[in-house]
Amino acid sequence: MADFETPELKEIPVIPKIKEGTMAHSKPYVAKAEFQEPLGYPGELVENWEEKAIEKLGELKGKYRSLQVYLDACVKCGACTDKCHYFLGTSDPKNMPVARQDLLRKVYRRYYTFAGKYFPKLVGAIDLTKDVLDEWYSYFHQCSQCRRCSVYCPYGIDTAEISMAAREIMDSIGVGQKYCNEILGKVFKIGNNLGLPQPALADTLEGLEEEVEDDTGVPIKFPLDVKGADILLVTPSADFFAEPHVDGLIGYAKVFHEAGASWTMSSYASEAGNFGMFIGSYENMRRAARRIRKAAQDLGVKRIVFGECGHAWRVAYSFLNTLAGPFDFLDPNYPVPQHICEYTYDLIQQGKLKFDPSENDHMTVTFHDSCNVARATRMGDKPGGQLEIPRAIIKTVCNNYHDMAPDTIGEATFCCGGGGGLLTDDLMEIRVKGALPRMQAYKEVIDEFGVTNIAAICAICKSQFSKVLPYYGFGMTDIVSLHQLVSEAIILSDAPADDDEDDE
Amino acid sequence: MGIEVNGKVLETDEEGYLANLNDWEPAVAEAMAKEDGTELTENHWEVIKFLREYYEEYQIAPAVRVLTKAIGKKLGKDKGNSKYLYELFPYGPGKQACKYAGLPKPTGCV
Repeated sequence: MADFETPELKEIPVIPKIKEGTMAHSKPYVAKAEFQEPLGYPGELVENWEEKAIEKLGELKGKYRSLQVYLDACVKCGACTDKCHYFLGTSDPKNMPVARQDLLRKVYRRYYTFAGKYFPKLVGAIDLTKDVLDEWYSYFHQCSQCRRCSVYCPYGIDTAEISMAAREIMDSIGVGQKYCNEILGKVFKIGNNLGLPQPALADTLEGLEEEVEDDTGVPIKFPLDVKGADILLVTPSADFFAEPHVDGLIGYAKVFHEAGASWTMSSYASEAGNFGMFIGSYENMRRAARRIRKAAQDLGVKRIVFGECGHAWRVAYSFLNTLAGPFDFLDPNYPVPQHICEYTYDLIQQGKLKFDPSENDHMTVTFHDSCNVARATRMGDKPGGQLEIPRAIIKTVCNNYHDMAPDTIGEATFCCGGGGGLLTDDLMEIRVKGALPRMQAYKEVIDEFGVTNIAAICAICKSQFSKVLPYYGFGMTDIVSLHQLVSEAIILSDAPADDDEDDE
Repeated sequence: MGIEVNGKVLETDEEGYLANLNDWEPAVAEAMAKEDGTELTENHWEVIKFLREYYEEYQIAPAVRVLTKAIGKKLGKDKGNSKYLYELFPYGPGKQACKYAGLPKPTGCV
């Protein structure tokens, strides 16, 4: 199936010896004009691209002072070198975060520093050439912007921001990535990453209502475009489409039902994800985010709740107010926005949900912290809530839970390998190899504690795992949605009384 | 890129999906399956047929649960699940079956 070798899982994780250039061939499909132009980018490489790229770099470092600090501050201490899952999985030294940053830094030095202008060789400054551009395209699409390296950097240099800037520069000269840009175009045209139009969405949700009622005997609703509902649920469109995502969506619906909540989804803002962040485009990120504001206003809701999507929660938690605020039309008694895990956890705290965790006794579960949730957001009102709350929910609905090794979870979590706009088949090699550290940590808890399943709260993580788990000899269906576990264990108070007997 | 079917070369995208939906004919699915070393059985055809019908109505491939439900109705309840669909289309029912059916590849976090 694959024309590359899946890395071997060792007894203990090993920092590989470097092998130069092993991933130099990796590059995603380039976006054609039809995917570039709707985002405001040139359709192909512009004529004076060198000049334009340098100009764009200047603009970005002026606009985002953090970028300039990151480009200036590195002292090459090496703390980041073994922290990137893509380096650990590929052995390619250009996947060391410092080397990835240097791809841009060398060019920055050449054009924007005194030493680089006059003594380029002394400070490793280089001209922007086509070869350099090609290398950017390759290696800035081998970064999932997960920010694990920045946790270990003594200066806090954030490689994700450098990757985002590099992608924005490339987009601005006509070299965009097909996967991200085609998807953003669909959001602007149809409302979600999949391009699922309203009638298909309505049909899908209707089918789910039938399925869940058959299964539980309870008429659980999946409301769409209901004006005057209290809560707008914004969730990744993968929740409508794929497994195990849809089982999470069923879980949210059961929680809303049990809480007696008035809620709706929107066909206009039928996507939580915001690939504008992956391509470092403030404008496109804003355009996608404003759809959520418009939907909330048009439907007249009082609250916005986000479903299980990692980078969506970063955009929502950290940027939504500046991108699409102020949200003064929402009920100030609730967080704006709120995460579905916060919502469920609050109900658990108030004793409003009842569970039978033995429904999940056939599993021993571990939890994969999604990078954007773990390192860029919070849940609840205490530091670390974004790590604690999902675990607290799982432990309420499952009897068997074990964490993976401490240096692979929490703020040190390893990326699934498919984040940051890399979740595309043309990047399968880097996705599989980049999953190595997570797979390693998963294997350890399987061997030690008999873990059978890995839960996540991110659509990308879920799709990535269902694809890469089999490469490492694990089951495709080991990956579960957090609210799938909730869904299995929740006791629906209006369920027919003979429900249990049916199973026997 | 392209795929040769009945002496004609049909345009495809980088990943081998048909560029024009209207170019499709059963021989396209046969040719694509042959490239993958797959033999199309009646059950494959049921899936492909449903995908095309659904796409015609909704301009998108069906969600996995819509597909499994429909296939369960047609081929029997034991076959209405993704495990069975993966047996038919090991590269993933969403992607491989869509390709054979001449549909565009589903995009997004799937």
